[in-house]
Amino acid sequence: MAVKADRDKCIYCGGCTAVCPVNALTLKETRIECDASKCTDCGLCIKFCPVGALSKVKKE
Amino acid sequence: MRFEEEYDVVIVGAGPGGSIAAREFAKRGLSTLVIERRQEIGAPVRCGEGLGEVWMKKAELEYDPTWCLQEMRGAVLYAPNGKPVKIPTDNKGYVIERKMFEKKLAAQAIREGAQYLVKTQVYDVIKDEKGFVAGVKTKGGLLGARDFKAKLVIAADGVDSQTAKYAGINTFNPLSEVDSGYEYEMAGLKMDDPHMIHLYVGTEIAPRGYVWIFPKGKDTANVGIGIAGDNQQTAKHYLDKFIASHPEIFEKAGAYEEKGGCVPVGAPLEKPYADGLMIIGDAAHMVNPIHGGGMGTAMEAAVIAARIGAEAVSRGDVSEQALKPFADEWFKERGEQLKRVLKVRKFFEKLSDDDMNYLADVFINDTDLLLRFSDGDKFSSAVKLFAKHPKLALLAAKMLV
Repeated sequence: MAVKADRDKCIYCGGCTAVCPVNALTLKETRIECDASKCTDCGLCIKFCPVGALSKVKKE
Repeated sequence: MRFEEEYDVVIVGAGPGGSIAAREFAKRGLSTLVIERRQEIGAPVRCGEGLGEVWMKKAELEYDPTWCLQEMRGAVLYAPNGKPVKIPTDNKGYVIERKMFEKKLAAQAIREGAQYLVKTQVYDVIKDEKGFVAGVKTKGGLLGARDFKAKLVIAADGVDSQTAKYAGINTFNPLSEVDSGYEYEMAGLKMDDPHMIHLYVGTEIAPRGYVWIFPKGKDTANVGIGIAGDNQQTAKHYLDKFIASHPEIFEKAGAYEEKGGCVPVGAPLEKPYADGLMIIGDAAHMVNPIHGGGMGTAMEAAVIAARIGAEAVSRGDVSEQALKPFADEWFKERGEQLKRVLKVRKFFEKLSDDDMNYLADVFINDTDLLLRFSDGDKFSSAVKLFAKHPKLALLAAKMLV
């Protein structure tokens, strides 16, 4: 499970990393990394994002 | 630059809290290393950039024209119906240039002897055989993968603090206890009074939050919004709507920067310390939950933490018991007040637009009381003002005890 950030929208504020309950998200200055082995698809970060840049990664 | 393998103090995060702590530790002769994830201290900004002079005094900071951009002499609060409530104050403040401010704070700390490492990520803490936090593991930056031992670690790494979590402390922020923030820095604004901050409230304008205009000059300002983190619509959605509906201010305005962030507006962390670790600032949720300001509280906590922490290090005892006086002093000085402010926030969160309009009408003749009330003080005098309003009186009786 994972989320991804739309790089056209993301402003790299890192707010999503602050609300992730399982520490799956990391802000790396100009990108958001999501650890798919930790992410539980709870959707909190997606709801939080001030600019609506996050979405769930569809399964293959 | 030569870096040691071991320091008296390692501070994670070079925001206002981290750098003031670094300056204070270094001033006392402790070897101090500050580790910052960003490549540039001060940027990107995630802040409305308002700072009261009272906080500058607490942190022993003098007026500096390179970052104190515009003097503020009060606020104008706009009720949902648009009616302005002017709230002048003798406690002046500034809208600051945080990119410069944070660099100047780092420079002060460096001059006192602290060392800084930027673009360096802390990805874990080191624990000793007793289970005390005894350093950090880093990657990236100038030195690449390195371990730094420390007698004391300070987590000053902001709302998304990982350091405290690596040490096993739960600093998780539920969505209901954070604000989602978004902001433009703009020029070409038409403002009535560029020496007042302008605040707009209303359930349609900014659900459980507010829109702010913090002037940085006569036609430039931070125009931002903070709303409760669990709203369906984004913060950007509400801010763009606000700007579109106020052509009298924004018709000729344009944005030259976009900023955003997460503000912890729940209760402060009950136990901002552990064996070998102290947590300050946003990382310990030391933020005023009414306005979301956290620079002042972080710097105030940093001063206390450095004094208590330096004593603990020099005595060779950095156990929980030795660090607890930091929390005791901070809660007495600020934490208890912030808990009362949180009650006021929860009270305001329940209000409809009509309720807010009513309150604006009753407080307009005593704005000093409104200020004191929103600072967590004078509950009974404030409640008397709206005692005749059945819903508000009942709500106050329930929530403001």
